[in-house]
Amino acid sequence: MSDINRIISRAAREIQPGNIVNLGIGLPTQVIHHLPEDMDVLIHTENGVLGAWKQAQPEQMDPFLIDSAGAYIATRPGSAFFDSAVSFAMIRRGKLDLTMIGAFEVDQQGNLANWKIPGKFSPGIGGAMELAQKTPRIVVLTTHCDKKGAPKVLKHCRLPLTAAACISRIITEKAVIDVTPEGLVVREKLEPISNEALQAITEAELIFPPELEAS
Amino acid sequence: MNKQQTIEQAIAQIPDGASIMVGGFGSPGTPFALIDELLKQGQKHLTLIKNDANEMGIGISKLIENGQVDKLVSTHIGLNRRVIELMNEGVLEVEFHPQGIFAEKIRTAGAGSFGFLSDIGLESEITKPEDLLDWKGARYKVEMALGADFALIHAAQADTFGNLVYQGSAINFSPLMAMAANQVIVETAHCRAPGELEPACIHTPSAFVSSLVVLPALTNDYGIMEHHVRH
Repeated sequence: MSDINRIISRAAREIQPGNIVNLGIGLPTQVIHHLPEDMDVLIHTENGVLGAWKQAQPEQMDPFLIDSAGAYIATRPGSAFFDSAVSFAMIRRGKLDLTMIGAFEVDQQGNLANWKIPGKFSPGIGGAMELAQKTPRIVVLTTHCDKKGAPKVLKHCRLPLTAAACISRIITEKAVIDVTPEGLVVREKLEPISNEALQAITEAELIFPPELEAS
Repeated sequence: MNKQQTIEQAIAQIPDGASIMVGGFGSPGTPFALIDELLKQGQKHLTLIKNDANEMGIGISKLIENGQVDKLVSTHIGLNRRVIELMNEGVLEVEFHPQGIFAEKIRTAGAGSFGFLSDIGLESEITKPEDLLDWKGARYKVEMALGADFALIHAAQADTFGNLVYQGSAINFSPLMAMAANQVIVETAHCRAPGELEPACIHTPSAFVSSLVVLPALTNDYGIMEHHVRH
């Protein structure tokens, strides 16, 4: 299984029946393809859909119905369309249970940086700031290191923050890591890797609980 | 009560230097025909207020590429490399807001109010110290209402009075902008007689609409964009 597939298939298990979920652009968008067709879940998209589903079949595509990444989507029975003020009222009032989101950097305080690289990348904030600040549970999906091999799980984010202390869990191709008051706790390893090797590619201090060794 | 005008008449109301809200999130809801007429008439020094910059070569990107736009107020332009370049070259001034704050600023103007208090991004670089308000023990950001001279809106259906119905994810910012702008120009390919739209299902009541342009048909711009179909 590729690194990306390992992240996405593990991330799909984060979604509980009955959840209202937003899947951010990039890796999170792909999580929907790992959900059972009959799953009891409502997918929210920022552009005003509750009850979004997988890409529509070509003959059923509606040019007036996309998700926030631009894909032509199908909807499920019980879906609703609404304006952007309502869409973000839903977010800011905490009506979403879970948001999965990508990241440039995360850190051991649960800070998230994913909207701007000064001087290089500044396409705008989109919905990221409100989703990150107001969704009760934020799960970050990211490769463990960037394309040059530099760690993305840091002691302190260096890029401008999207939101502070907002992350509950980080899923990489290597591990599932929880943000706790004690620090970053490794809950699962997603490939065979020693604690030392995992720590070596992580700038933040990792906590390896005893039960992890036993598993 | 009949708001119908030709597309030339409707767009000719817009002067150089106008601020214009444009509906749409990506393509759905973008009034491509009204935008093309604005391109043809060539008004300059415009301020556009739209969620995104469309994609290169379509929608408001044409106006920006044609040098008609001085400033864009937006939330995310990641799908338009050309507009990002123009921003980085300093040719186009771009002001970004978080998407829901952008919506709420427009909604607030449309409701005749002047601002609201928010806690989004208080500690982030989008908040200037002068925007902070300490009130009864809590700290807020003052967000001012965002209005405009004009709004350009695409409706799935309308009647000749200017009652509007939107469809699918094309609703997005349109009902908010239709309330926030001083003059509202609407295009639709499906115009009905008064009484034919179900009163309880109208998204934008006619009082907010100034001009209604009936399109003979929707062009290819309104169709499926092949590069967004994943094979």
